[in-house]
Amino acid sequence: MTTAATVDAVPVSERGPAPRRVIVGYGFWLFLLSDIIVFSAFFAAYAVLAGRTAGGPGGVQLFDRGRVLAETGCLLFSSFACAMMSVAAELRQRGWMVLGAALTFALGAAFLGLELAEFAGMLARGDGPGRSAFLSAFFALVGLHGLHVATGLGWLLVMLAQVFTLGWRPRVAGRLACFALFWHALDIVWIGVFTIVYLGAH
Amino acid sequence: MDEHGVRRQQATDHETPGESPDWRSGLVKALLGLAASLVLTLASFWAAGTPLVWGPGVPVLLAALAIGQMGVHLVFFLHVSSGPESTNTILALAFGTFVVALVVFGSIIIMANLDAGMCGMHGSPSCHA
Repeated sequence: MTTAATVDAVPVSERGPAPRRVIVGYGFWLFLLSDIIVFSAFFAAYAVLAGRTAGGPGGVQLFDRGRVLAETGCLLFSSFACAMMSVAAELRQRGWMVLGAALTFALGAAFLGLELAEFAGMLARGDGPGRSAFLSAFFALVGLHGLHVATGLGWLLVMLAQVFTLGWRPRVAGRLACFALFWHALDIVWIGVFTIVYLGAH
Repeated sequence: MDEHGVRRQQATDHETPGESPDWRSGLVKALLGLAASLVLTLASFWAAGTPLVWGPGVPVLLAALAIGQMGVHLVFFLHVSSGPESTNTILALAFGTFVVALVVFGSIIIMANLDAGMCGMHGSPSCHA
């Protein structure tokens, strides 16, 4: 532990540039925060327009809480599988990493399937985004989150392909860490969605 | 102190170091995050449907539970900590939260004021006073 003690004795300002992992993580963190600010504009639009149903159905008539709970569970366990995938990737255990990635992907796809089924049902009843300002804001906000999830699923497939073809290069490992950050941030946005849109419906 | 020292030493050993390169601490952290999130999620869904909580208090309770769960995700899944590596992350997070609050509450207040100033829309009765 002598090295650890000497490293700790050096003040932060004199340790030189931070490792690449920290810098890349910080840059990606800034991207995630700006993405969350984009989401905040959609949340603001939804909050303003939530009551403007133009005589059409409101949230209470449209939303099925059981389905939303299932969607939330899918994303939450997907986040957990993603965390396990990150641990396996740090240990360079490809088998476990693939298992974690497969679970992450399957649960994310299940979430997307549930959401698309909800959208399809609403569209079939004529309650599409053109029905009222409330539904425009609803489809914009929830659809934007769904698009992010779909993008994340594509990214995960690309990362799996890179791990198999390029192996555990530092860059591949860094990208995988960024994917994990992205996936967990989407779950944070979903907390806002299910609280404000689905549970806050009146 | 000791844990930080160990982590930093491992960071110098590995080519591309991770946060916590061993199964147990990673698994325990993720399991804790999962358990806390499950409890908070179920509490949210319970609070939204229960007659036991006073009606006007439900949104406040839901907001508190959501913020709590976001905190759990930040700590257990996004690994935001109080360590020196997280200082910049936390500063950026604080600024991001500030901008989000400006956008959301600013929009709500401005649009409510505009709405109150509009006559003859949405059947607002207090126009021709």
